[in-house]
Amino acid sequence: MTGRLSRRRLLGWAGAGAAVAGAGAVTACSASLAPVAEGVVPFRGERQAGIVTPAQDRLHFVALDLTTDNRDRVRALLQKWTTAAERMTAGAETAPGGAVGGNPDGPPADTGEALGLPAAKLTLTFGVGPGFFDKLGLDPALRPAGLAELPRFTLDQLDPALSGGDLCIQACADDPQVAVHAVRNLVRMGFGTTTVRWSQLGFGRTSSTSTAQATPRNLFGFKDGTRNLKAEDGAELDQHVWVQPADGPPWLAGGTYLVARRIRMHIEIWDRTSLTEQETIIGRTKGEGAALGATGEFDPADFAAIGPDGQPRIGEVAHIRLASAEALNGVRILRRGYNFVDGSDGQGHLNAGLFFVAFMRDPHAQFVPMQRALANNDVMMEYIEHTGSAVFACPPGLTEGQYWAQPLLEA
Amino acid sequence: MSRTSRAAVRVTTVIGAAAALAACTSTAPPSGGDAAGGGPIAVTAADASCDVAAAEAPAGKITFSVRNTGSKITEFYLYGTGDRIMGEVENIGPGLTRDLIVEVPDGGSYTTACKPGMVGDGIRAPFTVTGSATRSVDENTRLAEATTGYHRWVTSQIEALVPKTQEFVDAVKAGDVETAKALFPVARTYWERIEPVAESFGDIDPKIDGREDDERDAGVQFTGYHRLEKDLWVDGLQADSPAMADQLMADIRDLQSRTATVELTPVQLANGAKELLDEVATGKITGEEDRYSHTDLWDFKANVEGSQGAVASLRPVIDEKDPTLGPVLDERFAAVDALLEEYRVGDGYRLYTELTDEDKRRMAEAVDALGEPVSQVAGVVTS
Ligand SMILES: [Cu+2]
Repeated sequence: MTGRLSRRRLLGWAGAGAAVAGAGAVTACSASLAPVAEGVVPFRGERQAGIVTPAQDRLHFVALDLTTDNRDRVRALLQKWTTAAERMTAGAETAPGGAVGGNPDGPPADTGEALGLPAAKLTLTFGVGPGFFDKLGLDPALRPAGLAELPRFTLDQLDPALSGGDLCIQACADDPQVAVHAVRNLVRMGFGTTTVRWSQLGFGRTSSTSTAQATPRNLFGFKDGTRNLKAEDGAELDQHVWVQPADGPPWLAGGTYLVARRIRMHIEIWDRTSLTEQETIIGRTKGEGAALGATGEFDPADFAAIGPDGQPRIGEVAHIRLASAEALNGVRILRRGYNFVDGSDGQGHLNAGLFFVAFMRDPHAQFVPMQRALANNDVMMEYIEHTGSAVFACPPGLTEGQYWAQPLLEA
Repeated sequence: MSRTSRAAVRVTTVIGAAAALAACTSTAPPSGGDAAGGGPIAVTAADASCDVAAAEAPAGKITFSVRNTGSKITEFYLYGTGDRIMGEVENIGPGLTRDLIVEVPDGGSYTTACKPGMVGDGIRAPFTVTGSATRSVDENTRLAEATTGYHRWVTSQIEALVPKTQEFVDAVKAGDVETAKALFPVARTYWERIEPVAESFGDIDPKIDGREDDERDAGVQFTGYHRLEKDLWVDGLQADSPAMADQLMADIRDLQSRTATVELTPVQLANGAKELLDEVATGKITGEEDRYSHTDLWDFKANVEGSQGAVASLRPVIDEKDPTLGPVLDERFAAVDALLEEYRVGDGYRLYTELTDEDKRRMAEAVDALGEPVSQVAGVVTS
């Protein structure tokens, strides 16, 4: 109990301007994780956090495989994970006194690199992949149709070492150290039950999921996600993001699907492309982010407009047209991607791109037609390469006392 | 050799401990005399069978008289829970008889095993100890038993390490490259099982197990197993290879005499168990250690056995303090063993160069899964 430093304590008391008067106040504070402090996104609720939560600055995404077929063991891990996740999203250590307050002869329960850091809006979002059902021998009726593997798209260069997974955890935070700490500690708890299949760090959110956020730019220098679904979209979210009770097994009702695609960008080639060409490929201006022919970023794109040369103002194969709801029978998705730079590739080029994460009600009705249209027609495909791919089902939010995926495991 | 400094591990050398330990040694010359409880239990150890004349004995001092009727060198073990070694005799040559005298104070289920060829889990059979030899078992007693038991185990390993390394050294000196190559991973097995003990002396490990690219003080040569490994596999025997072989033998004997007086604490045992797995992760799964011979899986197996040996010595304390940890350790050790069995070729293992990335990934996975609970042992025994 000596030298214990709670991130939550710093945040909840010192951060709120109240003086930490003495041991009494500290004890009272560490005894409970409520009330919610600034910078803390509630862990429990109708939906999992980290989906329509305004996109944080940083990402650490991890896909894991089960190394056991023992359901009890998986249940025990999910319970352990949930407890630790709830604590960490509140800015606390994985266990009370976990970093430095334990037995000095043993390794600390918490790895400690987030000591003294605020919660930084950490969210941890959990999903299960197709293999989860097979490995645990779950009733096939529990497996939702949306979890069928994605088809191979034209030009896909998928690396199995960057694809798939039986489980996933998306950690988003405004501080990369907080996100990495969370994933690292969850992975550690999983040794013997899960193993990391792949993981991805991301920075510079490439989409806004709230109207309160400015539209960010991707590594091509363009604003990304101007027409994205947003937290404020209410009914639209029910239509496009949240799985409805009639859609499939009850455990997923109110949940959603997560599609992840690691998209390597050939930055150096793009950078040698003229501005006009870049804008033509995208269908928007680079500066303002306005659809070609419009002035403001949020001015509606006029896909029918004809330019002075008699051709459509926004080209037939412009990225925003191919990906638009108008061209896809109303299909929309909620994007939550991040830029990544995994160093250089050994040939003098940035190993960089977009880690595309999107949430939707049905990947096969939404992501598949959209990606197919892009893969087959988008000129941008000359500058990018899809190197990783995965699909997960994310259960709805947790009620008090519930652990991740409890309704599925106890169905 | 561990690639990290072990400076934090200190060793207490106790003058006079050698005499005390002599009484605990597990091997004894063949004796026809009666031991307490009705005489020695005859064990007939053949190449494919292990006949133990009795499957039961009263608690207390139990003597097994092990006769090797087979054609391979064999070993005989008595195991407690979690493969805790209660006692063992190693290096019983064909035609020889050796006694195992073992002190078993608690009644319960045990296991006997002969290991013809000294490999694998051996030919096992259940063995029951009835009643109990009364004694007070407080925590200090248990901890003392753990360190004594581990010391006994280390001693038995060194007793095998010395003659095996001598055979290896003799082959090098005779210029018999093929024999030396065959003996290299076998001799190292005993070394790799007890490496944390050698590392605790600081100066011995670099001499015996250093790498060519390690930084050395001016004038200090690259010596030990890996120098001879390089000669055998890469450069061919050199003019000074025989001298290097003699040097290795001298260093091994130095280790033997120093180990006799070493006293390890339970925390050191626990940390040693963890460090052996760290070695596997950083040296063996990467193929770093045996870079010329590629016999890393032999060392891998030996490191895991060494870790298991240390954990097994602490097992009664672990079971008392955290009953959930022991079964997890059993299961994870068994998983690593089962995985390694897949790579067995005859008495040895596949070469590192024959492993695929997928093989290495599976090994890393199994070692991660084992390393976490093993890292908990120190905290549990001191809680
Ligand atoms: Cu070594």
